[in-house]
Amino acid sequence: MSVYRINCIVCKIEKMHELSIATSILKTAEREVENSGGHAVKEITLSVGKLAGVEIDSLKFIWGACMKHTVLEKAEIVLLEPKGKAVCMECGTVFALEKLYDSCPKCGSYFKEIMSGKELKINKLIIM
Amino acid sequence: MCTTCGCGGDGNGVVIKKMGTDEHVHYHSDGTQTVHSHKHGHAHPHEKNHEHSPVHEINLEQDILHKNQLTAERNRGFFEALNILCVNLVSSPGSGKTTLLERTVTDLKGKVEIAVIEGDQQTSNDAERINKTGVPAIQINTGKGCHLDSEMVSKSLRLLNPKPNSLLLIENVGNLVCPAMFDLGEKIRAVIVSVTEGEDKPLKYPDMFHSSQVCIISKTDLLPHLKFDLESLKNNALKVNPNLQFFEVSAESGQGMGDWYKFLTNKIG
Repeated sequence: MSVYRINCIVCKIEKMHELSIATSILKTAEREVENSGGHAVKEITLSVGKLAGVEIDSLKFIWGACMKHTVLEKAEIVLLEPKGKAVCMECGTVFALEKLYDSCPKCGSYFKEIMSGKELKINKLIIM
Repeated sequence: MCTTCGCGGDGNGVVIKKMGTDEHVHYHSDGTQTVHSHKHGHAHPHEKNHEHSPVHEINLEQDILHKNQLTAERNRGFFEALNILCVNLVSSPGSGKTTLLERTVTDLKGKVEIAVIEGDQQTSNDAERINKTGVPAIQINTGKGCHLDSEMVSKSLRLLNPKPNSLLLIENVGNLVCPAMFDLGEKIRAVIVSVTEGEDKPLKYPDMFHSSQVCIISKTDLLPHLKFDLESLKNNALKVNPNLQFFEVSAESGQGMGDWYKFLTNKIG
């Protein structure tokens, strides 16, 4: 099943936090470029977990505009999207978590600890 | 441009204003909301002679919202040291955040010291409403930003100067998506959902319910007029977050507000 998300192109208001994410990435990249004495980022590795609450499409949509004339303008993006995984706090079963409200497939409990899928990280920068 | 002092800035800049005074702070375009490049107006000479390898690989492994998190923890430390209970109120627009806040402030003032931070994209209307009740209020206008962040709160705290053993209520921008990602340093995140919204709201916007400790179900005085299944809403919210604590309130009639006040005052101790 394909789901089409319709965002307002003008205000993008429901997805606007992707802009904050992009700006935070840029600030970190600028700092690292300056610290290393380089001039631009060649490659950036990002982890955006499936349950991180960030729309990859929205992030990509604003990336170009956001990174124009910056150290990230020409950077190649390596995007990791760790899938959701949780451990049931009742029976200890480890299971794939597609939605935050999924229950344990074995005992049905909603009490769980999320092990992965919430990542929102800059893993690596290659600076030239 | 700022209409108060004429200070320049782009139209999207954040402005923080203290009600009842002319004090205000500009949150300029180095904020996380603003798209821009950093132009360095100075060169960085390398005084020592050393060889640069052409490519540096930096294994950063850093959270993207690392800076917000750091400032949030600083705010949290400030609150803990002064025993300030900070509550971050989040909801969709129109869920009754401001009315709930106004009623809470009116009923609790005199019993507890209260201060309020209001977040909206535009206007000072909400902070003015609160200021009329005699409680100090700060308005943060986020411009085009759709959420408050910990830096805005940190800057507001310097203007607001909240007292020890007090209650600080923050009304976030009406938006059930983005504010979920930004820790402000609060002790309690309370998501408000009104009975005029759908019972499946927690499933549609799980991040906010997952990151909250409290769920306030508002406008319960309207229940007799609606086909709304309160238990279904609660069950859906508990699927997302089994640890949620519920309050069913009507800020209009005052029904259920007592439990909410007891919860707040007990937390301050």
